[in-house]
Order: sequence, then C-alpha cells, then structure tokens
Amino acid sequence: MGEPEKVQSLDDKQNWYWKKNIKLITGLLIIWFLVGLGGGVLFAAPLNEVPFFGVTLSFWIAQQGAILVFILLILSYAIRMDKLDREYFEKKEQ
Amino acid sequence: MSVEAITIIMVLITFGLYTGIGWWSRVKDTSSFYVAGQNVPTVANGAAIAADWMSAASFISMAGLVAFLGYDGTIYLMGWTGGYVLLALLLAPYLRKFGKFTVPDFIGDRFYSNSARTVAAIATIFISLTYISGQMRGVGIVFSRYLQVDIIIGVLIGMAIVGFFALLGGMKGITWTQATQYFVIIIAFLIPAIAISLQLTGNPVPQLALTGSDIVDRLTSIQVDLGMTEYMAPFTDLSMLNVFMITLALMAGTAGLPHVIVRFYTVKNVRAARWSAVWAIIFIALLYLTAPAVGAFAKYNLINTIADQPLEEVQNIEWVKKWETTGLLQFNDLNGDGIVNFSEGEAGNEVVIDGDIIVLSTPEVANLAPFIIALVATGGLAAALSTASGLLITMSSAVSHDIYYRIFNKEASERQRLRVGRITLLVALFIAAYVGINPPGFAGEVVALAFGLGAASLFPVILLGIFDKRMNKEGAIAGILTGLIFTLLMIGLILSESIFGTDGAILNSFFGINAQGVGVIGMALNFIVSFVVSRNTPEPPVEIQQLIENVRAPEIDSELEAAATTEDK
Repeated sequence: MGEPEKVQSLDDKQNWYWKKNIKLITGLLIIWFLVGLGGGVLFAAPLNEVPFFGVTLSFWIAQQGAILVFILLILSYAIRMDKLDREYFEKKEQ
Repeated sequence: MSVEAITIIMVLITFGLYTGIGWWSRVKDTSSFYVAGQNVPTVANGAAIAADWMSAASFISMAGLVAFLGYDGTIYLMGWTGGYVLLALLLAPYLRKFGKFTVPDFIGDRFYSNSARTVAAIATIFISLTYISGQMRGVGIVFSRYLQVDIIIGVLIGMAIVGFFALLGGMKGITWTQATQYFVIIIAFLIPAIAISLQLTGNPVPQLALTGSDIVDRLTSIQVDLGMTEYMAPFTDLSMLNVFMITLALMAGTAGLPHVIVRFYTVKNVRAARWSAVWAIIFIALLYLTAPAVGAFAKYNLINTIADQPLEEVQNIEWVKKWETTGLLQFNDLNGDGIVNFSEGEAGNEVVIDGDIIVLSTPEVANLAPFIIALVATGGLAAALSTASGLLITMSSAVSHDIYYRIFNKEASERQRLRVGRITLLVALFIAAYVGINPPGFAGEVVALAFGLGAASLFPVILLGIFDKRMNKEGAIAGILTGLIFTLLMIGLILSESIFGTDGAILNSFFGINAQGVGVIGMALNFIVSFVVSRNTPEPPVEIQQLIENVRAPEIDSELEAAATTEDK
C-alpha cells in the first residue's frame, strides 16, 4: 500500500457550475411545491372561492394548471442547463 | 360490420405494426438489449418514455378514478406528473452521467455493497411484478369485453405478444415499438374525447372544454340533486392530509420507478437525457390534461343515461348488457321500485360500477361510431403492452445483470447473460399472466404498496447517493431497511382486513394518514435514519467520493468545447 489517496475535488469552475445547478433546481422545486402541493392542496379551500372561467381556481390547478406548470419547469431546466453548459465551456479560456 | 369485427381488425393491424418494428430493430448484444446501444433520438425516446410511463392505469383507470373522486382525483393527476418533475430534475441527468445499466447497478456501485445491490434488485423486481400484473388485467378486460373471448385466452394472447417483442427486440426493439405505441395511445384517447366534448359542450378541444364550458357546473348540480357530493369541492372523498400525503407518495414513488429511470440510459448524453424528459412530459401531459375532462364528461353522460331511469330499460341498453356480463357493472334494485337509484357510496345506491370501465365504455355511452369504440380498445391494449414490455426488460436486467452477473458469475459471457435475461423474462411473463388471470382480491392495495415502497426505499437512496457525498454504505442500508419495514408494517396493519382477512383493520390509519400515503412517513424516516447513521460511521472510500465529484462536473461536450475554442481565435 502506498500513500493514502486523496479525492481530487472539483476545480473552481466546476464548483461554480455545480452551485449554479443546485440553485436552479432549488428554485424550480420551490415553484413545484408552491403550485402543486400549495395551490392544489394546502390552499385549496381559499382558492376554491376564486372563480376561474367555468370552474374555481383551485379545481383548475389541481386538475390541469399544475400539470402545465410542471411542463414549464422541466422545459426551463433543459434550456437553462444548456445555457449553463455553454457558459462553462466559454469560461474555460479566460 | 359489428364493433367486435372492427376491433379485431384494428388490433391485428396494430399488432402487425408492432411486430414489424420489433423485427426490424432486433438486437444481438447486451448493450442494445438493455439500453438500446444508447443512440435513440430524443423525440423517439420521449415518446417511448411516455408510452412506458402511461400504463393501463393511466389509459383505462385514471379518468374513471377522477370521475369518482372529483377534485380529489388530483392525487393521480398531480401525483404521477409531479413525480416526473422530481425524476427529470433530481435523478435522470445524474444517473445518465453515472452511466450504468440499471438502478440496482447505481445503488450497488455507489454504496460499494452487494447487499445494497441485492436489496435494490429485489425492490425492483417486486415493484415491477406488481405493476405488470395490473397491465395483464388491463389486457384481459379489453379482450374479454371487445373480442368476447374468455379473459384467460385474452391474457395468454397478450402474454405471447409482449413476450415476442421483448425477447426479440430487447430494449432497442421495445424503444421503437413503444414510440409507435405512444401515438396509438394518444390518438385512441383524444379522438373519443374530442367527439364527446363536441357533443356535450360544443367545444372541440376537450382540455379547454373542462374549464371553458359549464360542464363541471352542470355535473355538480346533477350530482347534488342525486344526493352525491359536489364534483368541484375539494376533500369530499379524502381529507386534506391524505390528499397531500398520497400525492407526495405517488410523486416520490413514481420518480423511483426503475423501468422509467432505465429509459434515461438509452440516450446519447446528459443533454439528451434532459431533452428526452422535456419531450416525455409534453407527450404525457397531452393525455393527463385530457383525462380530467374525459372523467367529467363520462360521469355526466353516465348519470344522465342510467340515474332515475326504469331498471328494465337500462338493462336493455346494448353496452349495459355487455358490461354486466363482465361483472364490472352491477345493478341491485334494493328498494324494489324498478328505478335505478344512483348515489355512489351513499345509502340506497343501487349501481356498482368498476372505475375501469369508464374510459372503455365512454364512446358507447355517448353513442359514438363503432370505429371509435374499436380505437379505444386498441389504445388500451397499446398502453398495457408498452408498459408491460418495459417492465419485463427491467426485471430481466435486475436478475441477469445485477444478481447473476454482478454477484454470482463475474466471468459470465455476453451470451450467458443474454440467456439468463431471456429466461428471467419468460418466468416473469408466466408469473404476470398467472396473476392477471387470477388477480388477488387486493389488487388495488398491492399497487399502493408498490408506490409506497418505491417512495420509502429507492427514491431516498438514489437522491442521497447523488447529492450527499458523505452518504455511505451503512447509512444507505439502514435507511432502506427502516423505510421498507415501516411502510410494509403500516400498510399491513391498515389493510389487514383485505390482506390477512382479519375482522376489521388492526390500525385505522397512521395519525390520519391512510395506506396509500403512509409511504411518505417511511420516506422521511429513511432520510433521517440514513443521515444519522452515515454521520456516525466511516466516510465512503476515496474512489466513491471521486465518483460523486465526477458526476457533479459538467459533461465533456466536444461540440461545445470546440465552439468555445473557435470563438477565441
């Protein structure tokens, strides 16, 4: 057995990338929780008093609105991560 | 031509199509067998994920469940799609980067432990088997009702078809077959929905007709007249606590479904995994946004057709007769007045409807053309078959790759592994067919169990494996065991009446949480126990810590790198 190996940790740029990634995910998941479990369940009673076209706002969120928001969340994750990837590689030469 | 004849023709045409595609994309090596050689385009992979994900439950059962639960049906609508957000953001990209074949592979390698690998493989097999028996039941219902063949023959035909595709094509074959099946599923779901939407609301877009017309109001008022609860009011069937817990359990349970996770290994790179997720949620949402509309339309039509009508007349309607013979629709004239009293779940209700017939019977209740009725049957079959084939591949890889190759025979050649994989596939198929023909009396409870266990075992461990570098073998195993044992115990106690045949439930609920939602508590315990144990035991070995570091770094993308270098010149 030689010297104990050391973990080669991320360099500054990789760390920057990972932190940005975590921040993005956290933000998106907060929206996920507030809209889905918040608007559809926890605040269902008050939002049920708010009319939304032919139904109430909470009914719409619970049955359709939340799903539309979920699509947007996954789409914006893919777009923002593509952008982050590009920024990362462009940063390399600086 | 009769509905049955048209159905047979359409089923034969689509099966021929799937068979042709399965043959065209058949494979010989293990990588193509399990992960399709990792060269499936993102849109096709998105459609395949959607078909894999949308099981017989999504196509046949969900709109019916929503129709009977009303507002509270959101547990399925949000639970299954919201779980997909967790999968797309928290698991898929990293698992793809990790680059192993299967979920047990990730867990076994990340926690450097064959015990962890075995537990994960067993959980995978159990969850998949539970799931696949539901698909076989779906196949059986469609065959027995539309082809008027015995349910046993129906299941056997379905089994032969699924087995043929999966054995022949492996993952590559089923990816292309599933992508095709997605389009069959969605067309079969949308066409009748559009027709009924036009009929009831005058709006050709069912997704918009739900909110844009007064259909929900009309439904609410006829329900109230009959003594049922308001359709639009929240928490009439389940308490707020239970809606919250069940939604969360279904979300976490879905995100941990091994047969869906494995789909993200079939793409070229991490970026393709992210975009496959986008395509898949769009494809899935197309059906999930329509289902609540179909549920409301179907309920409205059904009530209008049978409630307060003379029993004799109702029993003479063609579709009522056919569904009555399957036993999924029953009338008991309790008060002997010869009138159908329909007030779901309340005293004096005389109609027993299995939710599974709502979608399948909708076109007949609405008097749509026979061709549309046949289309719905074809779509139901596509949904069941696509999910079943994905599950078979997943089980077969859990046994041949994770247990046989990684644990018992590290020298096994590709041919040997493929052979073990195919034998497993056959065994799983026979078990699934057996369960499909003889469904256990507690089928619904078993599904709750699968999601609850997924949420309490696989999901937390994968998540911690990716995001907590300090998480070690001891923590992960302690966490999985705590989550599994707690959830199994609670579900066993709460559902003791149907599972063990006790007099009444041993435990009514866990502080107000029912069996479907109790997995969330198991999940929380899993997180807590694994955290505490891991912090009091040695940190993971250097090479594992290095592995996590590597998964966090961006993927080397030669195109982007080249672009960045050229710009600098």
